[in-house]
Order: sequence, then structure tokens, then C-alpha cells
Amino acid sequence: MSTAKHIPNITPAAMADPRDVGGPRQPLLRAQNLLKHFPLKRKGLDFRGPKPVVRAVDGVSFDIKKGETLGVVGESGCGKSTTARLLMQLTLQDKGELIFDGQTVGSSSLPLREFRRQTQMVFQDSYSSLNPRMTIEDSVAFGPTVHGVTQRAALARAHDLLARVGLDPARFAGRYPHELSGGQRQRVNIARALALEPRLVILDEAVSALDKSVEAQVLNLLEDLKRDFGLTYLFISHDLHVVRYVSDRVLVMYLGQVVEVGPADQVFDAPRHPYTRALLQSMPSTDPLQRTTEAPLSGDPPNPIDPPPGCRFHTRCAFAQPVCGQQVPQFVEPAPGHGVACLRWQPESGYEPMPDFPRPSPAPAKSLMPLNAAVASEMPDIFPEARRG
Amino acid sequence: MSAVLPPSAMPTPAPVAVVRSRSHGANVMRRLLRNPIAMTAAAVILLLVLVAIFAPWIMPADPFATSMFKRLKPIGTPGFPLGTDELGRDMLSRLMLGGRLSLFMGIAPVLMAFVIGSGIGILAGYAGGGINTVLMRCVDVLYAFPSVLLAIALSGALGAGITNALVSLTVVFVPQIARIAESVTTQVRRSDYVDAARASGASAFTIVHRHVLGNVIGPIFVYATSLISVSMILASGLSFLGLGVKPPQPEWGLMLNTLRTAIYSQPWIAALPGVLIFVTSVSFNMLADGLRTAMEVKQ
Repeated sequence: MSTAKHIPNITPAAMADPRDVGGPRQPLLRAQNLLKHFPLKRKGLDFRGPKPVVRAVDGVSFDIKKGETLGVVGESGCGKSTTARLLMQLTLQDKGELIFDGQTVGSSSLPLREFRRQTQMVFQDSYSSLNPRMTIEDSVAFGPTVHGVTQRAALARAHDLLARVGLDPARFAGRYPHELSGGQRQRVNIARALALEPRLVILDEAVSALDKSVEAQVLNLLEDLKRDFGLTYLFISHDLHVVRYVSDRVLVMYLGQVVEVGPADQVFDAPRHPYTRALLQSMPSTDPLQRTTEAPLSGDPPNPIDPPPGCRFHTRCAFAQPVCGQQVPQFVEPAPGHGVACLRWQPESGYEPMPDFPRPSPAPAKSLMPLNAAVASEMPDIFPEARRG
Repeated sequence: MSAVLPPSAMPTPAPVAVVRSRSHGANVMRRLLRNPIAMTAAAVILLLVLVAIFAPWIMPADPFATSMFKRLKPIGTPGFPLGTDELGRDMLSRLMLGGRLSLFMGIAPVLMAFVIGSGIGILAGYAGGGINTVLMRCVDVLYAFPSVLLAIALSGALGAGITNALVSLTVVFVPQIARIAESVTTQVRRSDYVDAARASGASAFTIVHRHVLGNVIGPIFVYATSLISVSMILASGLSFLGLGVKPPQPEWGLMLNTLRTAIYSQPWIAALPGVLIFVTSVSFNMLADGLRTAMEVKQ
């Protein structure tokens, strides 16, 4: 898996898809300058100035390539979920547009209904995303019937998909959501998303609510389904380990904006944006020698109603210089395919060059090493592929 | 509307035989049947309804036959087990026949308001935004009046009569049911399964029909059931004021009105229609309560 990560991952299934319009190099979904501000009520009788808004998503642009898994990470409230809802068009953007395989979403060539057949979403809360009054099979079969498939054929497809996600249809199809465990329900949600044979699946924290062993099973299932059905994933999570494991490319968001996009290995091993770096430092390590002793970031993110001027991260950034509070960084690509929105990477910006990120120095506690290795060898091999890579 | 999906890559055999779980409705019914209070209430209501329906055939005497010599006979008089009213008519027969109109005036306005109010509330709750604001503010205007006052004012304006009483009571209950329907629908509207249904490309009508209705109708129905007793009392009140049923037609509220002159001579007979109104409304309340408990347990 990791060997193929640097090249845009084009699976044969994606190329063979008869619905393919733009060819393998055309991004499957292109988000252009998406903007969503949620209006707030004015306080009291203060009618001066513009109406306050929460800048949930503030000019986000990115591509999802055919056949890849694009991971999206960021703190709570950075706009990950709003972005997902904008992509699914459950919330409509104030500005910007979506281009699906070369066609503008909502245009006459790709009406919204048609787009939704090719893009599906799996929600975080496995329980509330299933209708409590509907049996599992009816929930899965609902989508196809909406698009004109007969009830009988839709049920047959639902049973097929339930079997495919590891739920025996004879036992599970007639049950109600409350009779299933969280992991089983999330499998049902995945089956429902696949019932319309989508090309893009948005996984909004789809495994975050599951316990670790079930999470691993569902991740492996997602990997298999992606291969078998030629899917493309947008994988939103706050769990950086999981994102690294599943993603080909990673997109980092901060306060409603994209701060860094790049191949997963590059972003995780050589982060360019100070925020990405801080985020990665907050990852708990399984190695006691790699203990995080200092908080990588302090404080809460600034209020998205009134974001700081210039670079939005400069208030918490260890590398901030005066220029950061004045100039809005442009999104630049110092290396092809790895973009960053930070003044340090803009030679003309007036940012005084300073030494690169100091590397964390491992504590010299060598005595712990054998113990650590022993513990590691007894661990069940949940992620064999990740271990190899 | 749209073409059939492209042929699936998977083989599609016929649906397999599936072990079905008990549906939500069956579970609610099972829990309701185990609730002794709700079952007693249901039995009382069933008895009252049956007696009212079959009243013309099982009445011991003619409820309209007056007699100046048999006025206000006490309970237990031979031939008149529950005595006679101020015009000498058989109380038992009149109470049996009166149940028809009283129960009708309790159930019919609530049923009509249930249909109209649910429609308004679900539309407002699902549409949200401006439509919600307009609809719910209109409903609030009606809601601002005390229900008794509104019923009397409307009946008074429309004139006496059963139909007008029915209409005015319906208008009284529509805002109450619409508000409940709106709040329940708004809650369901925000749930992920409605989002998932929207994401599948279903139209608003399909989503309301398949996903919203089943989840909101239960709570609205429970609330409506509890209004039946209120409706009966209000209808009785209208009849008492001479705005509902007209004499000599028997109806419990009207009987209470005409018998009030006998409150000192035959207090027990004067109280009889009131006792029936009380028993019926308490029974409906108990049943609604049981229904609510039966639905509340796990979804």
C-alpha cells in the first residue's frame, strides 16, 4: 500500500468504470473556493456593522483524485464536517462550486439527484443515521427504490450488500437498528451507502465511535470494498493514526481553511505547516521513548466568528513573525503535489528565514528498549500492512 | 423519474427468507397489553362506546317520552333504574343515547384536528426556515386564546348546532396539535437518517412519507388522545351554554345543564351525566398515559 502512495492511485476499476467522463487524470471531485458562513443573531440592539457570521468553511479548494483515499484532519470545529456536508450538498454553499468528474454539480449535465447517486456518505453516529422504525434491509434498499429499482430487486441488492459487509441477511436483514451493535450498525450504514453504487464515498468520522478492534475490522472492510467496487474515499477523522493508515493523500484544515495538502507519507514525515507539525506532535506514540513532554499547542483555536487577521494560525504558532499577523498566506506548492499555506514557504512574503523545525530528540533511556520490543512482539497484528510499510 | 441504475456488477438473486423482528408497533401493543391501568381504561372506553353504538336497541325505555307525573323519580324507582329527569324521561335511556353525541363530540374534533394539525406541523417542521415561521406564527395567534374562550367565541359567532360546535372545537385543537407536530418533526428533520435519505436523492415527499411520518405520528397521536377528554368537556360546556346540541336531543353536557334545577331535590340524578363525563375523560387520559409509557421504552 505505502509503495504506491506517491503516485496518484488509479485503480483499474476506476478506469474501467463506464460512468467515467473525464478520464483518469480528471479529479473525481474538485472543490473550488467553497465558502459557508452561518449567520448569527445580533446581540441586543446593536445594528452597526455587518451581521456576525461563523466562518465555518472559508474558501476551501481541493481535488479528490480518482481511486484515492483523501484523509481530512483538523481540530474539532475546524470545518471538517461542514465541508463533508457541503460536498454531499446537504448544506448548500454560499459561494464556490463542486465539479464532479468534469461536470459542475447542479448544472444541467449533472443534476443534484444524479450527483447524489454517485456520491454517498457514512455518518459518525451509527445509531442516529438509521431510521429506528425501519428494518435493516428496508434502510439499505431505500436508496435504490428512490432511483426506480423495484422493491424486489432493491431487497435482493440489500441482502447482497449485507452479506458483503459481513452481516448474514437471513439473520440480520429483518432486524431493527437497536437490535444491532455499534459495529454492525456501521456496517449497515456502509452497505446503505454502497447500495447506490457510488463512485465517491464520504466517510465522516465513520469509525471514530467504534471501539478499537471493531474499528480495525471496519477499516479492513472499507479497504476491501474500495478495491472491489473501485471506490474513492474522502476520509474525515480526528484520529491521525487511522488517517495515516488509510490515506493516500492528507488534507489538513484549520479554522475553516486548508493549510496543507500532500501525500500522506510526506505530510506525516515532513510536515510543512507549523500547525500540521503541532497536530502530529499531539499524536500519542506507542513508543515510550517518543513521549510527548511539552504540549505542542496551547489554548483553544480562535473564534471562527472573528478569526485573526493575516495567517489564522499566527496566534498559536511557534514560528510566527510580525508579518504573519498582517499578510494572508497564499497556498503554494514548494514541491509538486504537496501544498501549504504558510508565509515561511513564500520567498517574497517578508518572512525572515529561520532554521527549520527542530527535530524532537529522543530521551536516552535505553533500558526501556527490550521491554518495548517484547511488548510489541506480543501485540496482535491488526495492521499487518501498516507494519510492513 | 430517473432511469434505472446501471446493471449491478453483483449477481442479484431473489431476496432470501429473512427472520423478522417484532415491529415497533407490535412492541408498543405488547407493552400496552401488560399495563393494567391502561387496559382497564381501554375496557371502560370500549364498554361506553359499545353501549353508545347499540343504545337504540338496548335502551330500556323511550328517552324522549315525557311524563308530568314521573318527574325526578329517585334512583332505583321500579321501571326507572337511574330515575327520571325534570320532564319525567328515563335517565338510563337518555344517558345511553347521550353517550353517542358526547363521545362523538369528544373524538371527532380531535380526529379532524389531528389530521389538519399534523399536516401543518409536519410541513412547518420539515420545511423549516421562512415557511415554518409563517405557519407557526399563524398557529400562535390562535394558540394565544384560552381554549374555552376560543371555543365559546367561535361557536357563538357561527351559531348553535352540532356542526358549528364541531368546527369550533377543531379550530381550538389544531394549534395545539400543530405545535407538538412541529417540534417532533423538527427534531426528526435534524437526524442523520433524514440526511442520509436526502443524500440518496429522495424527494422531500418520499422522505416525509417513508422516514418522517412513522417517527412523528406516535407522539402526536398520544398527545391527541389526551385531548379527547378536553374535547368532551369543552363540548359539554358548549351544550351547557346552549351553543352545542339542542334539546330534546340527549347529550351529557346538555343534560347536566337542564338538570341543574334539580340539584337540590335530586342531587344524585343531576350528577349522573357529570359522572359519566368524568369517567370517560379520565379513561381517555389513562389510556393516553399508558400509550405514552409503552412508546417511550426503547425505540
